Order: sequence, then structure tokens, then C-alpha cells
Amino acid sequence: MNIFVCVKQVPDTETKITPTADGSFIETNSIKWIMNPYDEFAVEQALLVKASNPAANVTVVRVGSVKDTEALRTAMAMGADDAILVEAQDNLDSYSIAKALKGAIEKSGKKPDMILTGKQAIDDDALQVPQVLAQMLDLPSVSVIVGFELSGSTVKVKREIEGGALEVYAVNTPCLLAANKGLNTPRYASLPGIMKAKKKPLAQYSLSDVGVTDADRRVKYSGFRLPPEKPAGKKFDATDAAKQKEVVAQVVGLLRTEAKVI
Amino acid sequence: MEFGLTQEQIEIKELALKFSRNEIIPVAAQFDEEGKFPKDIFKKAWELGLINTCIPAEYGGAGFSALDSVIISEALSYGCMGFNTSFMANDLALLPIVLGGNDEQKKKFLTPFTTEFRVASFCLTEPGNGSDAAGIKTSVKDGGDHWIINGEKMWITNAGYADLFVVYATLDPALKHKGICALVVDGKTEGIVLGKKEDKMGHRSSDTRGVRFNNVKVPKENMLGNPGDGWSIAMNTLDHSRPLVASSALGGAQRAMDLSIQYSKERIQFGVPLAKHQAIQFMIAEMGMKIEASRLLIHKAAWLCDQGIRNTEIASYAKAFASDSCMQITTDAVQIYGGYGYSKEYPVEKLMRDAKLIQIYEGTSQIQRLVMARELLK
Ligand SMILES: Cc1cc2nc3c(=O)[nH]c(=O)nc-3n(C[C@H](O)[C@H](O)[C@H](O)COP(=O)(O)OP(=O)(O)OC[C@H]3O[C@@H](n4cnc5c(N)ncnc54)[C@H](O)[C@@H]3O)c2cc1C
Ligand SMILES: Cc1cc2nc3c(=O)[nH]c(=O)nc-3n(C[C@H](O)[C@H](O)[C@H](O)COP(=O)(O)OP(=O)(O)OC[C@H]3O[C@@H](n4cnc5c(N)ncnc54)[C@H](O)[C@@H]3O)c2cc1C
Repeated sequence: MNIFVCVKQVPDTETKITPTADGSFIETNSIKWIMNPYDEFAVEQALLVKASNPAANVTVVRVGSVKDTEALRTAMAMGADDAILVEAQDNLDSYSIAKALKGAIEKSGKKPDMILTGKQAIDDDALQVPQVLAQMLDLPSVSVIVGFELSGSTVKVKREIEGGALEVYAVNTPCLLAANKGLNTPRYASLPGIMKAKKKPLAQYSLSDVGVTDADRRVKYSGFRLPPEKPAGKKFDATDAAKQKEVVAQVVGLLRTEAKVI
Repeated sequence: MEFGLTQEQIEIKELALKFSRNEIIPVAAQFDEEGKFPKDIFKKAWELGLINTCIPAEYGGAGFSALDSVIISEALSYGCMGFNTSFMANDLALLPIVLGGNDEQKKKFLTPFTTEFRVASFCLTEPGNGSDAAGIKTSVKDGGDHWIINGEKMWITNAGYADLFVVYATLDPALKHKGICALVVDGKTEGIVLGKKEDKMGHRSSDTRGVRFNNVKVPKENMLGNPGDGWSIAMNTLDHSRPLVASSALGGAQRAMDLSIQYSKERIQFGVPLAKHQAIQFMIAEMGMKIEASRLLIHKAAWLCDQGIRNTEIASYAKAFASDSCMQITTDAVQIYGGYGYSKEYPVEKLMRDAKLIQIYEGTSQIQRLVMARELLK
């Protein structure tokens, strides 16, 4: 059984973000990278499947720059068997990334029985790669899954919908499933795991190796900017009972004209 | 000359820090308040390979260097100095076996710590002698096919949970350090009587007790080295453990600085964040300087261990400097937090209480200076 897990490397939520001078992306030199948190659930699910199917092989795939391979190393230290890195700039669009992932999976020579991903990446929040990839590979896919039960070649998945209700799907493998928080509790990479990960195979492809060209690029970024600083809050003094009516009117007015929330 | 960590050391540090952030920091204040021993978290850290870092690979350990160990210890202590005292006490007790035991003893006593979660205690201090450790009164007598230990130990970390004790005892107090022996004692041996858990200022989650040994029989083969080798084993242990204890102070100091930086950017006084006031800036600058210097001393002391070069003097520099710095830094962190720093609602008062102990155990800051002077003037 071949399981592929697509992982993205994203800036640590505590990292200070600075846009590049030309606005095409953010400065990546000083960034601390982590594995996209939703992808951790995907890796954990793959490892849980492997635990009950010892013959299963878990391959982690990432498209991105080679400078730091934190996400792939973490996944292998957690227990994934091998990794593929498709070398690319970190600001590719969703379509190119999906196409590169498809190319990498095909180039690996292993026929996927299951592809797991996170439901979204916390950097650009595009929520596209899982669906685009499933479409390209012509696989059934379910996203935002919070429950997973494999029996034979059918996976029963639960997916969260508006209002907290759950939908239940029975999906035949091969399929693509995108994980949400709550699916499981990702394990830590153990110290022996970190030591072992160094010896695990990491294949490296270029974008052209996996059939992606400049023409595949549908979106180009040009205007990365920091959000405007939040202005200081306003205080209203309503301790004087005689003036309360006036203050309330003032607050309501500002909520309408300035904050535009009512 | 190489100052950077290896890729593997960076990953080990990240893992230990992640463990601190997720598992220790959220609960440390509560364990401190209740004086509760964090057994489950201790066990979880052991499962990840973060505990007993001194056990060599040939006896089932991960085969960490002394430098790796201080990196792990700093990161765990960043979560809680008190938790790290419990964790570190295992290494303190196992190091004499690593350094002074024969192959048979290492297999017998170290390997079980790699296959199941076990707790160990190091018993040197007695009610009547702390700094003057060679003045041991606990006696060891030859009982024919076994040794017999009698006496009282004080301030023993992990005692209430110990599966194994390493006990220092004397053949005859008149022999001074030449009479001291180091023995490995199974925690379940008859005659071991635990005192009540001490109610402490800090490190309140760690389990500290007096331990009485009443005619405790120990197999002959449990003595480390020869009769009388105990003192040199203890001193050798301290050369290895002092960088580790120093790194515990360093982790606490780093936490205090990180919190101070964060708070000083948020709190507004006189219309600007505290961080804009030069008096605050200078305190933070001082913290950074002391932390960096502590880390360099600690890494050098550990590196010397790994090179097999005697590090007594540098290990004492590291231990005294890092623990004195930690005391100053955590005190200043409370100062920067102002009135809020004095409240248990905020994390810095605990750091200040925890810092104090590190200037006391494993050789007080005064004793470290005695060691330094002895080395410098000899
Ligand atoms: C919470 C806690 C946990 C501990 N855990 C352990 C453990 O697991 N195992 C263990 O064996 N021990 C342990 N200890 C004991 C610890 O190592 C001793 O407390 C320490 O060595 C100091 O000894 P003392 O308390 O007897 O102080 P004393 O030796 O009485 O010292 C009192 C003061 O006098 C100073 N002083 C003493 N002699 C001199 C001198 N010659 N010149 C200048 N100043 C001097 C000291 O620096 C100190 O300031 C622990 C202690 C505590 C508080
Ligand atoms: C236990 C306790 C009892 C108290 N009892 C009373 C009471 O009975 N009545 C009462 O009115 N108050 C009381 N206080 C409040 C106390 O007076 C204040 O905590 C104190 O004035 C400091 O103010 P702060 O806590 O807001 O700290 P902050 O003003 O926020 O100061 C934080 C830090 O910044 C430093 N700082 C601030 N401004 C500057 C500057 N311009 N330049 C350089 N450094 C600066 C401070 O020195 C401090 O180190 C009490 C406080 C405590 C903790």
C-alpha cells in the first residue's frame, strides 16, 4: 500500500514577516519554517494506517525551496519512510504546485493508494491544492475530514459542515483526503526518530523533471504588503448619567460611519 | 573553531522546545502551586528520548554527547526549571555508573532505564554536611557476601519515586575522602525509609526528601569501582553534571528574557511602551549579554567533557555564572513586570523562586568560587 502525504513548509506563526522590496513575496532568509499544522494531521493519519498495515509505505512530498527542508525531515523523524522534494520557489501558485505534486508522485514509480494532505496551508490559505490535485489525478476526494476509518479498500470519513454537523462518506481507494484539526493528535518526532531520519531517502526533482513549465503559472503575486497597523481604540466616558444618551448616540454613529459594522 | 550547532542538534533542540511549549509551560504553574510531581510528563519526555541523555549507545541509550545533553536540558528547563530538576536528577544518579561502573554494572543498571520508564536519585548530601561533602557520616560495612549501609541522607531529589539510588557512604569517617564508596541500591531494598516531602520555595513539583538507610543490605557487586573510589567518582560526576545544571539556569534565564521583551513591548507607561525607556532597555541588554556568555561557558564546559579534557575550572565558571546570572535576570524580569511581576497570575515570580535553588545545589555559588580559586592558584 502506497500512501503519499503532501506537506507544505510555512513560516512559523511567531516569525516576523517582511515583504520583499518588489512585493512579489516575503523575505525568506530570516524565516523560521515549520510544517503546515494541518499537514501534521495528514502525516499522523498516514502513520496510523501504516501502524496497522506494516507493508504500507509512507512517502512525503513537498514542493518548495531547498534551503531548509524542515517539514520533510520532521515528517521522516515522525516515521514516514521516504521523501520527495520538488525544488521550486516558495511562492508558486496552487495550480503549479498541484501539477508538480502530480508529476512527483508519478515519477516516483509508486502507484498511490491514498493521498493525504492538510485541508489548507496557513500561509496563503488558498484551500486549492487538494482539490486541484485530485482532479488532475482523477481521484475521489473529501476535504476537511475529522474522522477516518479504513476497512479493506474503503475509507469511511467524517467531514465537518456548517454548524458543527458531520457528513459521513464511504470513499474507495485510491482517493485523496484532506485533514482538518481534530482528526487525530500528531505525534512528536522522537530523538531516535530524528537520528533515523537522516538515513532515509530523500529524492530531489526539478520543476522540469516533473513536467511543470512557466506556462503553468496561473497566478503571479505582485503586491505583498503588511496589513495596516491597527489604530488605537477609542474610549467613551459614560459615567455621567446625564450625558449617557449623547455618548450612546455618538458610539452608534461611529459604529455606522467609521467602523461600518452596523 | 565552530560555534554553530549541527543540523541534528538544531532538530533535537526544536523537539525539546516544542515539548516544553506544548506539555510543560501550560501546566507548570499548577504543578508548582500544588507541589505535584509531574510523573506522566516525565514519562512522556522519556518516551521521546529526552531523559537519561548520559546513557551510552552500547547500553541502549541514544549516545548523546555532553553538548547534546546541555542543549536538551536548556530547552526543557525553558519550560520549567522545577520539572527539569526531576528530569536531571536521573542523569545525576546514572552518571556515576556511566563514569565509575564496570561493563557488567552498566549493563545491569543502565539498560533497564532505556527499556522502561524509571526514576533515579543521587544521595550525597546529609543533614550535617552539604558543602563539605567529604564529611559523609553514612557508613558502609562489610557484611561478608554483601555491604551494609546505615545513615541518613538529606535533600534527595526524586527520592519518593526512585527505582534506584546511588548512595555515597564511608568505610570510616576518619579516612575522610579516602574512605568514601559509591553504591548502587535498588529502590525496593528493605531498610530504606523515606522522609516527608519538603515544602520548598521553588521547584515545588520536584520531589525532595530525606532518606534513612537502616541496615540496608547491598550485593557486593553493586559497589562502583573499589572501596574508597567513591570520592573521585563523585568529583568526576560533578565535572559532567555541572554544565548540565548550568544549562538548567540558562533555560530559565532565557525564558525570563523572552517574557521581559514581550511584556516591555506591550505595557504602556508615560505614553510609550516600557521598552522605549532606557532603564528597561539596559536591563534587557544585560540579560542578553549574560545569557550569551552563560551559553558559551556551558557549551565549552560540555565540549571539554566530550574531548576528554579536564574541565573542572570551566565547569565551575559555567555553573556559578549561569546560576548567578539566572538569579539576576529573573529578579529583573519581576522588576520589569512591576506590580504584575509580583503576582502569581504572571509567570515571572515563579522563575525568580526557581532561580534561587540553582545557586545552591550541585555546589553553591560560593563553593564554585572555591573550586575556581583552587584551580587557578595551584
Ligand atoms: C531542592 C534541593 C534538592 C537537592 N537535591 C539533592 C540531591 O538530589 N542529591 C544530593 O546529594 N543533594 C541534593 N541537594 C543538596 C544540595 O546539594 C546542598 O543543599 C548544597 O550542596 C548545600 O549544602 P547545605 O544545604 O548543607 O548548605 P551549607 O553547606 O550549610 O552551606 C550554607 C552556606 O554556607 C556557604 N558555605 C559553606 N561552606 C563554605 C565555605 N567553605 N566557604 C564559603 N562559603 C561556604 C554555602 O555557600 C552556603 O551559602 C539538594 C538541595 C536542595 C535544596
Ligand atoms: C503587593 C502590592 C501592593 C500594592 N499596594 C498598593 C496600594 O496599597 N495602593 C496603591 O495605590 N498601589 C499599590 N501597589 C501598586 C504599586 O505602587 C505599583 O505596582 C508600582 O507603582 C509600579 O507600578 P506598576 O506595577 O504599574 O508597574 P509599571 O509602572 O508598569 O512599571 C513596570 C516597570 O517599568 C519601569 N518604568 C516605568 N516607567 C518608567 C520610566 N519612565 N523610566 C524607567 N522605567 C520605568 C518600572 O520601574 C518597573 O520596573 C501595590 C503593588 C503591589 C505589588
